Amino acid sequence: MNKNISKEYDVIIIGGGATGAGTARDCAMRGLSVLLVERHDFATGATGRNHGLLHSGARYAVTDHESAAECIKENMILRRIANHCVEENDGLFITLPEDDISFQSQFVDACKSAGIGTEILDPDFARRIEPSVNPDLIGAVKVPDGSVDPFRLTMSNALDARIHGAVLLTQHEVTGVVKEQNRVIGVVLFNHERKEKVKYYAKIIVNAGGIWGHHIADLAGVNINMFPAKGSLLIFGHRVNKMVLNRCRKPANADILVPGDTICLIGTTSERIPYDQIDNMFVSRKDVDVLIREGVKLSPALTATRILRAYAGVRPLVAADNDPSGRSISRGIVLLDHQERDGLSGFITITGGKLMTYRLMAEEATDLICKKLSVDKQCETAEKSLPGAEKSEHPLSIATEKVYTGANISQKSAKDRHGTLAKNISNGDDYEDSLVCECEGVSIAEVKYAINELHVNNLIDLRRRTRVGMGTCQGELCACRAAALLCESSEKSGKAKDDLANFLQERWKGMLPITWGEGINEIQFTSWIYEGIYGLKPDNN
Amino acid sequence: MKKEMFEPFNSSDNNFEQCVKCTICTVYCPVLEVNPDYPGPKQSGPDGERLRLKDQNFYDESLKLCLNCKRCEVACPHGVKIGDIIQLARIKYSKKKPKVRDMILANTDIVGTMASTFAPIVNPIVALKPVRLMMDGVLKIDHHRIFPKYAGMRFETWYRRYAASKQNDFKKHVSYFHGCYVNYNFPKQGKDLVKIMNAAGYGVHLLEKEKCCGVALISNGLINQATKQAKHNVEAFKKSIVDKNMPVISTSSTCIFTIRDEYPHLLGVKNDEIRNESELATRFLFRLIDSGKLTLVFKKDYKKRIAYHTPCHMEKLGWSIYSTALLKMIPGIDFVSLESRCCGIAGTYGFKKENYKTSQGVGKPLFDQIESSDVDFAATDCETCKWQIEMSTTKKVEHPISILAEALDVEATVKLWQK
Repeated sequence: MNKNISKEYDVIIIGGGATGAGTARDCAMRGLSVLLVERHDFATGATGRNHGLLHSGARYAVTDHESAAECIKENMILRRIANHCVEENDGLFITLPEDDISFQSQFVDACKSAGIGTEILDPDFARRIEPSVNPDLIGAVKVPDGSVDPFRLTMSNALDARIHGAVLLTQHEVTGVVKEQNRVIGVVLFNHERKEKVKYYAKIIVNAGGIWGHHIADLAGVNINMFPAKGSLLIFGHRVNKMVLNRCRKPANADILVPGDTICLIGTTSERIPYDQIDNMFVSRKDVDVLIREGVKLSPALTATRILRAYAGVRPLVAADNDPSGRSISRGIVLLDHQERDGLSGFITITGGKLMTYRLMAEEATDLICKKLSVDKQCETAEKSLPGAEKSEHPLSIATEKVYTGANISQKSAKDRHGTLAKNISNGDDYEDSLVCECEGVSIAEVKYAINELHVNNLIDLRRRTRVGMGTCQGELCACRAAALLCESSEKSGKAKDDLANFLQERWKGMLPITWGEGINEIQFTSWIYEGIYGLKPDNN
Repeated sequence: MKKEMFEPFNSSDNNFEQCVKCTICTVYCPVLEVNPDYPGPKQSGPDGERLRLKDQNFYDESLKLCLNCKRCEVACPHGVKIGDIIQLARIKYSKKKPKVRDMILANTDIVGTMASTFAPIVNPIVALKPVRLMMDGVLKIDHHRIFPKYAGMRFETWYRRYAASKQNDFKKHVSYFHGCYVNYNFPKQGKDLVKIMNAAGYGVHLLEKEKCCGVALISNGLINQATKQAKHNVEAFKKSIVDKNMPVISTSSTCIFTIRDEYPHLLGVKNDEIRNESELATRFLFRLIDSGKLTLVFKKDYKKRIAYHTPCHMEKLGWSIYSTALLKMIPGIDFVSLESRCCGIAGTYGFKKENYKTSQGVGKPLFDQIESSDVDFAATDCETCKWQIEMSTTKKVEHPISILAEALDVEATVKLWQK
């Protein structure tokens, strides 16, 4: 033990996913002193490894009424409080000749009873408003689906928590739970940056570790049976569809195509995996085959569209029965008060649910914390906008006054990503306006802003904040430029080379399952640049 | 999965996904070299297209700075149609309507018809300095520019009066797409073409009715009209090529490039049936000579030092080799090679006040090369390159066909095939 921090927080929240960040925001807004700890970075678990779909709830309407009703409510709240993270694209539930059209009326009725607005469209009309849709469709229902950027959403919650006084520690992994008789009083953390152990204390410890919460509960000596179900997705190089496309049938493999930012993605598969495999997110060839085969049924254009990467995430569902697919488990929220459940006070677990209901989960968890601490404050997270989402007087179309300027792209992109916070990014200077990431339009000024304001430890964090390296070239041109900027502003320049190698390795991991066609040309070119020109060796990692 | 399942659906005709971001196109962009306000072909083309698919507000009016020289496409190792992506984005997303000026510059045949009728009046007026300053102020046509002179008698009129009756005396026949410039401004080039083809044993015919190829309409955003004219021309070409088995040749590299390569991509007008038989005059002649079907005899006393400028569209077609090889066949020619560079005019682009500086900046390295080459005159296949070089250097510019016509010994050439 190197350090003993004397300060005791009201709450320590374990986990920097949407739920953890949302809970930190809610607690901080209600006046509690908050410490959030995360082993890697914000949104590295299931939060950042899904469709980025702003569910209307329609998908669950038939099978899980409660989840569907929660979804539509939160959907409308997020449009209000997080408009810079949300794209209001709408969605279609299409019926193909191989599907049973009678499911449509059952579906529409279920949506209605959950409070989800639907509109049955003529297939011809559907083809007109969404030209990418499979032209063979025999039915279409429009629902208020959309897209949400989970990285931005989580970071906005974390930022707002910080504005309200919360302390955020990334790269801090929980290695132990400090107990005093039947009470949890603190956590032991390993600081990956400095390679040292630290201890922090609080009145309440919140386990918001998602699927890893199983292990954290273990450390506290209580048992939660998580149900790890792996889901794989494919990212396509550009937007094929304007609206979210779903199949109008019971949920199955690869039946959602979501347009999100510059790309679109298809998913997911579902496969039960052993708990010790939750950090091994490998996408198999079989998964890729299923995703492509089913994906083209939604939009045949996908056959001719370049695939950028494949990735997988683990659904943090709490095991309730022996369902082999994991799909009929409710995505409902699980809030465990371990004092009542296991006789262990000072420790609660918030899990289950889904990205869409993170705010509601945070609200329920914070209500319980406040009750335990006898704090009488109402939740305001559904009314107050997240930083960046305040109503802007400048829409994207007039984000920049200059007409003839290359900087146009970077300024519009920054506005698109950071909402009104983009005003903190300097512009107008030729150097600052020039692009680091050409695919996604990330300027030098935006990278600097992210490094200074958005908790960036390394290049991979920077990617989640700005989309550096998320475009078609997957880091080919931007990784070295971003590394140079990060190196300039941090004292630890010696690590820059390893960081760059790590970043490229992480990009490569996602491309490996889909290496063919244009993708493999691009990868070859990237390796020429980094191995050939810069002399970066794989063993730098 | 069977292959047939994939074929009917192709999402991106412009294959921008094949871009591997190598940035070679950006290095070859002549605009970017002189005007940093232009984001360059990679950013405007494949990169920008992804952003525009996300939100059309990402369309940037700076795409209007593109010359459409297509040098980026020539440079691209993956065959991405960068220039087409930019042109299509302008067509699809630009909210700025074409101005009166753009209509005047783009409607080469309507304006040409009127101007050539009143040529003795129009020519001196548009050349007057006060008039040019007024056009500069009101129409934003740069006052440095001098409009090409309009001819008193159109090429078509000349052809009908003096040439048409003799053309059926020949055994072999071609149709001639003369284009607006030859018709309204420079009939001599058409006359030279008729002279050479007749000497080579070919009768020259006009199409039933040709319309302007539409290149200026496309670049000025007048797409509906361009499409109408394209359809008309394809039909007229078919009557010659398919019905009468007569290939169509042209002396304008830009017209023939537009008809062969821009109609299907940019206007969606199919040209499969006529494309292979639509030819540039120099290439047609070279291939006849190369296959032993034709021999040209040149005057012994013809002696000139010339430099050939490769127009951008010739670069894109890959055809400048035919024109230069023909010129080199003339024994008295001292041939100077120029580094292939854009002259900067790009049709109507350089006439616009806002582009004048960029236009001249792009052309400067070429002008310097020509000035220092000590040639009698320069040669090129493109009419607008000719105006630009003549305005910006002290040298005159001739079309290769006119040079051939000048150097050709007609009687000796005719004798070879008449015996």
